[in-house]
Amino acid sequence: MGGLQKKKYERGSATNYITRNKARKKLSLSLPDFRRLCILKGIYPHEPKHKKKVNKGSTAPRTFYLLKDIRFLLHEPIVGKFREYKVFVRKLKKAYGKTEWSSVERLKENKPVYKLDHIIKERYPSFIDALRDIDDALCMCFLFSTFARTGKCHVQTIQLCRRLTVEWMNYVIASRALKKVFISIKGIYYQAEAMGQLITWLVPYQFSHDHPTDVDYRVMATFTEFYTTLLGFINFRLYHSLNLLYPPKLDVKAESELKEENDDDYAMNSESYLEKLSALSASLARVVSTAEEEEAELDQFPVEGEDMANMEAREREQKQEEAQKKLFEGLKFFLNREVPRESLAFLIRCFGGEVSWDKSVCIGSTYEVTDETITHQIVDRPNIDKQYINRYYIQPQWVYDCVNAKIILPVEDYFLGVTLPPHLSPFVEEKDGDYVPPEKLKIMALQRGEKPAHEQEDEEEEEDDDEEEEEEEEEEEEDNEEGEDDEEAEEKNLKKMEEQRSQGKSLTVKVTAGKVKVENPARLEQEEKAEEKRLAIMMMKKKEKYLYDKIMFGKKRKVREANKLAAKRKAHDDAEKSKKKARK
Amino acid sequence: MEESSSSGTRSGAQRPKMKEKEPEKSVKKRNKEEEEEEEEEIFDFTKKSQEEDEDEEDEDASDSEDSVFSGLEDSGSDEDEEEEELSDDEDEEEVDLRVEPRHTQQVETGTVKKTEKEEEEKKKEKTETDEVEGGATEEAKREDEYVHDSSDEEDIRNTVGNVPMEWYRDFPHIGYNLDGKKIYKPIRNKDELDDFLDKMENPDYWRTVPDKQTGSDVVLSDEQVQLVNRLQRGQFGDANFNEYEPQVEFFSRDVMLHPVTNRPADKRSFIPSLIEKEKVSKLVHAIKMGWIKPRRVEDDSRGRYYDLWANEDSSILARHKMHLPAPKIPLPGHQESYNPPPEYLFTDEERAMWEQQDPCDRKLPFVPRKFSSLRQVPAFSRFIHERFERCLDLYLCPRQRKMRVNVNPEDLIPKLPKPKDLQPFPTTQSLVYRGHSGLVRSISVSPSGQWLASGSDDGSVRFWEVCSSRCLRTVQVGGAVKSLAWNPNLSVCLLAVALDSVVLVLSPSLADRQVVLSSERLLSAPQEAEPNEGAGPVTWSETEGEELTQGIRLKIQHPKAVQQVTWHAKGDYLASVMPDHSSHMQVLIHQLSRRRSQNPFRKNKGLVQCVSFHPVRPYFFVGTQRSVRIYNLVKQEMTKKLQANSKWISSMAVHPGGDHVICGSYDCRLSWFDLDLSTKPYKMLRHHKKAVRGVAYHRLYPLFASASDDGAVIVCHGTVYNDLLQNPLLVPVKVLRGHDITADLGVLDVTFHPTQPWVFSSGADATVRLFT
Repeated sequence: MGGLQKKKYERGSATNYITRNKARKKLSLSLPDFRRLCILKGIYPHEPKHKKKVNKGSTAPRTFYLLKDIRFLLHEPIVGKFREYKVFVRKLKKAYGKTEWSSVERLKENKPVYKLDHIIKERYPSFIDALRDIDDALCMCFLFSTFARTGKCHVQTIQLCRRLTVEWMNYVIASRALKKVFISIKGIYYQAEAMGQLITWLVPYQFSHDHPTDVDYRVMATFTEFYTTLLGFINFRLYHSLNLLYPPKLDVKAESELKEENDDDYAMNSESYLEKLSALSASLARVVSTAEEEEAELDQFPVEGEDMANMEAREREQKQEEAQKKLFEGLKFFLNREVPRESLAFLIRCFGGEVSWDKSVCIGSTYEVTDETITHQIVDRPNIDKQYINRYYIQPQWVYDCVNAKIILPVEDYFLGVTLPPHLSPFVEEKDGDYVPPEKLKIMALQRGEKPAHEQEDEEEEEDDDEEEEEEEEEEEEDNEEGEDDEEAEEKNLKKMEEQRSQGKSLTVKVTAGKVKVENPARLEQEEKAEEKRLAIMMMKKKEKYLYDKIMFGKKRKVREANKLAAKRKAHDDAEKSKKKARK
Repeated sequence: MEESSSSGTRSGAQRPKMKEKEPEKSVKKRNKEEEEEEEEEIFDFTKKSQEEDEDEEDEDASDSEDSVFSGLEDSGSDEDEEEEELSDDEDEEEVDLRVEPRHTQQVETGTVKKTEKEEEEKKKEKTETDEVEGGATEEAKREDEYVHDSSDEEDIRNTVGNVPMEWYRDFPHIGYNLDGKKIYKPIRNKDELDDFLDKMENPDYWRTVPDKQTGSDVVLSDEQVQLVNRLQRGQFGDANFNEYEPQVEFFSRDVMLHPVTNRPADKRSFIPSLIEKEKVSKLVHAIKMGWIKPRRVEDDSRGRYYDLWANEDSSILARHKMHLPAPKIPLPGHQESYNPPPEYLFTDEERAMWEQQDPCDRKLPFVPRKFSSLRQVPAFSRFIHERFERCLDLYLCPRQRKMRVNVNPEDLIPKLPKPKDLQPFPTTQSLVYRGHSGLVRSISVSPSGQWLASGSDDGSVRFWEVCSSRCLRTVQVGGAVKSLAWNPNLSVCLLAVALDSVVLVLSPSLADRQVVLSSERLLSAPQEAEPNEGAGPVTWSETEGEELTQGIRLKIQHPKAVQQVTWHAKGDYLASVMPDHSSHMQVLIHQLSRRRSQNPFRKNKGLVQCVSFHPVRPYFFVGTQRSVRIYNLVKQEMTKKLQANSKWISSMAVHPGGDHVICGSYDCRLSWFDLDLSTKPYKMLRHHKKAVRGVAYHRLYPLFASASDDGAVIVCHGTVYNDLLQNPLLVPVKVLRGHDITADLGVLDVTFHPTQPWVFSSGADATVRLFT
């Protein structure tokens, strides 16, 4: 009877997973190579459902990969290249040891190299997939392009990163794809929409890096290797979608202008070309020179009823977007030397403005400070000596806030030396119940087209208003309290009555005329509903109850946080007000 | 003559002759000859006679010997090399050399008879003319000139040769001229005075030098003086000579028009080399075997971009269904702004807390900061760290598709019928029965619904009128009342009370005379049966005197403390519970009519908590600590064991239909058993926050209630359908609060009015309350 005894861990989930070490041995790669392969191929570990089963009874912490993934890696041509490289290094070492320089030379000439094109095609079978995953690539390339050319990685990588990021920025300018921008303490976030995908990237401030010691630059370099390839292909495709030449060329007109001015400043033409591109001040050459792009208009489909409203909303949105794209059109900016040139030039050009800067700051400036047609000069210093009458002197935050608000904001708040209004994140979308900072409300009012009350003039009035509001609030609160009071009073009455009743037996029995209780039907109904709900909650299953409690806890926490923020704001405002009064 | 000249400079000896012979012969040839001489010396030809030399010179034209020792293969002394170099140089500039010999000829013919001075001048001129040419050639020419000029001219004056002139000291002559006549010494009797005068008068005295060979004084010219000065200073004799001429390379990469040698090529130069062949074949083999890779063609496709997604095929798409794209980085909020609204900045407390927290517990990975202008914003110190951590996340973190519970919490709440539709049920507290001074452990309503009995820890049993909350009677029983129960039989009016180890049967006479009489009859009937039962553990006794007047009619003395009493529906049998771990005698069933007691169980099956009779059928429910056992009293066997899934059952109630049981437990649960369905609870209700003390069913309405230590009585609607397929529907309808919690005890007992949808509860606050 009975067949062979079934052995443990020979079927089921134990065979679907493989530990990292085993995988490494199966591929016969060293750990760094394995790591690199995983990074390039996008293989990540998996967390088995039953760790102990997969771990063959042991509970030691191990990393597991899917066996299928590792099998998939076995067929990767790059694995062969890694092995070849290993052999190459060994041979080279040997040749060096024997001081056979000719063979060293020969070996070096035959150094194995690999291409990542097929991996990119494999990981991102469609262009949209690739575009969706480009956030990290951009962040990394922007970071690497700011590295000093010392030691941490190959100079070629840095140059390539710089080139690719400049290309990307030029694409964004050409397609006017930028949507949002945010100055954070980490760097500047940008969000663009390319082919319907929202792409967000972070650019660090232009400072030299204090390279940390606990960071493995090999890992970062491997990622960058992959990302540069990816970004290159994406740039190519994007440029072609706009009919631009891919290795980007400046417009003929712009190029000739630039050449005249700065011919003697730069040694080599090839050297200065990237600089000129990265100046972001000139438009790019197109494959087919079209004078104006025809804007595709939405076709009108006959719709009825409910869809109509949707359609209208969509149309309005479209219009708004178009308006945003032309936000700075007709404005002429001049950047002072202390403002971040690249970021501002990028922004202004993205929204159709003209921009220039001092000739000594960077190549590619198009007009001088003395130009009379300049409308805005962006300055980041407390005051400036020589001011022209017919232009605004504003702080850089104005540009960023305008982009986020999608309208030209009043410049008064951003003049030189003025305390700036807070810079808000455009990525936060408040749902009802969340805390909304008052500044955001103000901007939203502006967007709706409401005129802001003139603050400086009517400050006192405003204060009065505030006070009134506060009073109102207080009143409301009082109302609430009153309501509670009512309840309490009722209860008290009831208790008293009860006591009277219970004691009435022993005491003289007396009948007093009862008061007619006025019942608020709405409140009663509400209470009833609340009780119903409470009772229904009692009947929930354990699992659902747990979930429900969790959700409710989260909701309550949110409310609590919002309240906390509001309270903090109020305290702050009060403090400010009292300070002002004290000063008066 | 020749011999004497040959004792001078070697080359000097032959050159004049050679030039006379073949004046057009190139200097190169001359040099070759010198080489030949050298070779001869090397090969010990030095002793050969001059004739042979001449012969060789003749042979020179053929250059046969020369080809053997080609310049390249030759290696001799330094001098030789120099000469070789010279020859090569001249080779290079052959065109120039064509001119050069003429020059020398001129010098020869024109200045043979000239004085040394003139000769020097000539030499200078010539050097000047030749300056264009390389310095080395110039040197060589000068050497040549010197050689033939000096030897001949000196000989013209004095033919004595190169002998010391002292030999002629004593003679009046110093030698012989070309004609063989004596050359007399100048008559010179210059004494000291003459010398002195000469010194004083002659301005050229200092440059006047006596010539030893001729004996005459020679006045040196300016050039000669300069030459002497320069030589004394260790400089070159020629003032115009540039020591730092640019070097001229003799061997250059340019292929020369003419071969260095005129020698025919060797045979071996036509035959392929065996050694090389061997080497080549080795290399070929290595390439064939793949040991040596041919030089890689520079692949410029690397780093070139093209349209990668030109043809998207869906086959690869399908393969990547399992792939999870990495989640994007969360977008920054207002806190991260360089100039956030003031409410997002940390207060001091928040900051302190942030610093105390573990980095992984922090809600924000950074402290919000405010800068008044953009130029003041510094670099973010953890930028690279954060990017690196993101990298690590991307390739080290297991990814899982988390099904986000995007549930509307309202949807989770079960849809139950509205309590309003399930009326009637008690909703408000309407009466409070006060009077007890201790906690009221047990209450019971008379089957008629008119009276309420309550037993308390203060040792009294009180009878209340339900409608008026009046206490009609108080019976002091002398001990904390654990449990009491009205006889459910409508035709009798009796109350069983359990205290300590006694069960009392009270006849409160709170009914019609008829009923009171019938109960009296019941109590007095079984007199005759008494003797049967004497050995039992229980003693029945009638009360007398004081107790009798209070209405206590029977005393059933038990061996242990009694916890609970309960009646059979017919009202004749009475069960009492004496919880005890060790004994098998925990439950006793008493028959009132025959005053008989019996222990139904032979074995101890766990600590008995409560017992109950089936309302219609002969079943008996025994609730132990973890389970409820159901015994068939007729067949005397256990029919079912219900697993309560709770730690400690506190109370139990049987549905009036008899098919459902509810159990309350000390771990806050209420379990509803459907006996037809399973031995497991049909539903567990966790309404209460604290231990459930009592549960009760309504006799007529589909209601049940549970009382708990949290001070609440929860009334639920429990519809039991006649259709067996439909499970009972349980809906909590009301939470009744009123009892105060004293000493962690809330509501201790709960019971329904037999006919009305009213519920009574007794609590630790010494009150009994009625909710209607």
